[in-house]
Amino acid sequence: MTRDLTGMTAAGLSAALAAGQVSATEVTRAHLDRIAAVDDRVRAFLHVAADSALAQAADVDHRHRAGEELGPLAGVPVAVKDLFTTIGMPTTCGSRILQGWHPPYDATITRRLKQAGAIILGKTNMDEFAMGSSTENSAFGPSRNPWDLDRVPGGSSGGSSAAVAAYEAPLAIGTDTGGSIRQPAAVCGIVGTKPTYGGSSRYGVVAFASSLDTPGPLGRTVLDAALLHEAISGHDPCDSTSIDAPVPPVVAAAREADVSGMRIGVVTELAGDGYQPGVLSRFAEAVELLESLGAKVTEVSCPHFKYALPAYYLIAPSECSSNLARFDAMRYGLRVGDDGTRDAEEVMALTREQGFGAEVKRRVILGTYALSSGYYDAYYGKAQQVRTLIIRDFDAAFGQVDVLVSPSTPTTAFGIGERADDPMAMYLADLCTIPSDLAGNAAISVPCGLAPENGLPVGLQVMAPVLADDRLYRVAAAAEAAFTGRWGHPLLAEAKGL
Amino acid sequence: MSITRDEVAHLARLARIALSPAELDHLAPQLDQIITAVAQVQEVAAEGIPPTSHATGLTNVYRDDVPVPCLTLEEALGQAPAVELQRFKVPRILGEE
Repeated sequence: MTRDLTGMTAAGLSAALAAGQVSATEVTRAHLDRIAAVDDRVRAFLHVAADSALAQAADVDHRHRAGEELGPLAGVPVAVKDLFTTIGMPTTCGSRILQGWHPPYDATITRRLKQAGAIILGKTNMDEFAMGSSTENSAFGPSRNPWDLDRVPGGSSGGSSAAVAAYEAPLAIGTDTGGSIRQPAAVCGIVGTKPTYGGSSRYGVVAFASSLDTPGPLGRTVLDAALLHEAISGHDPCDSTSIDAPVPPVVAAAREADVSGMRIGVVTELAGDGYQPGVLSRFAEAVELLESLGAKVTEVSCPHFKYALPAYYLIAPSECSSNLARFDAMRYGLRVGDDGTRDAEEVMALTREQGFGAEVKRRVILGTYALSSGYYDAYYGKAQQVRTLIIRDFDAAFGQVDVLVSPSTPTTAFGIGERADDPMAMYLADLCTIPSDLAGNAAISVPCGLAPENGLPVGLQVMAPVLADDRLYRVAAAAEAAFTGRWGHPLLAEAKGL
Repeated sequence: MSITRDEVAHLARLARIALSPAELDHLAPQLDQIITAVAQVQEVAAEGIPPTSHATGLTNVYRDDVPVPCLTLEEALGQAPAVELQRFKVPRILGEE
């Protein structure tokens, strides 16, 4: 029974819970058992909240028995990236500087999950402060890819993607700043969405790059991702960048799964040198498949996309150098060297030296450089102009087509340690995902097969205009249904790491 | 060379990170490589192109000025490295007179 429950989709669990075929307590116990059985190998979780999860489940069961009308996620477990504040649970952001910190308030998304009756299983591993593409920048060690435990699960939301791919949770929350939901989803063979910037609240999400950070869902199916997307979205007065507009009808679009007559543009610039052959061949197949389902496919050029990566590595570090100034050893978190002889500035510098890992230091210093007088115009200012040009490329493209598609990542999952001390090689993992972050529009990654050369999953990325998130689900669900029909089973059934 | 070891040391001081000499040796060439790569943005013809700091275009967003409950003293101080007399206790911030 236990394996059956952890193998079910969130939509399936939701229906079984609503029909009274299974209790939230049984569902929660099954997932906690699965975590206990496999997480010493996967290392997806930094904190497992067994007691509070079971208490939440008991509450849902009680309300269900009392005849209360509950939402679709009531009793469905979810894993939460350790970047979201959570009352009663630690929040480390994968950093030593916040080890042992218990936030005094809930993120808006944490609160919405609780209100929806979703069961929070615990907090997932991540690259420190969401800076990285492999979870190797976590101060607490990397998570493992359930397809091959010697490979990375992607990042920065790699604990969330690994937890979902390892059936430890049907759903997980991540954040995407340069690809940190879509890239880990792609390399773990699951679905992950970056909603439109401002569509999901950043309140209580520890800030990395505030003009880019976007919380979003991960799940094993497109419909599951849509259910979580809808539950966490919508205007939040606590986040001044939150968009006050209706949530796009993502669940309905995932159920329709119809692309007939849709205009789909293949981005010329997101292919070629640096792309693994098996990624390109699976992507080409996905495009043919969408065409066979009735979509009209054309090629679209976005000439400034080739400058997206360098622009991102100026904008994101600049914002992070400012945001991470709050870790000053004064009000919370680590404090090092306060022995009565040192002044506050010395204590601050020692604390940040010992509390931050190498990648965070690289980015803080890079951002400090890009924002310093004399360099500002040549670096940060120029990157902001490139950002405008990338938005214009998208605007022109969306004048011709309804969605754009590309591979989600240039390669499949790489080996643990392979890129750990080669920052430029690591940054390339986000080559395809960064444009949508800079433009603030919506994008999804959905599995489109295994690369023939290594048998590892490949993701298809779909990008849609601001607040047209529903189009992502329409296209991804159509592709998922057609692929699953062709394969005879979900892609994840072929994962052999566990 | 786009950035020297001394410049990295200076930036680390500005960012209040007490890098060790060994770390400086390691990070300086990496930062040099990264800065050389990101300098590609300077190739783009962007004369007259306005900068984008934020993709939504929202400006001056306010929420209603309504009092709501805030953190208690215990909650606010509960995670502090050091507390004295219901205040955050910090190392000295002024030099010796």
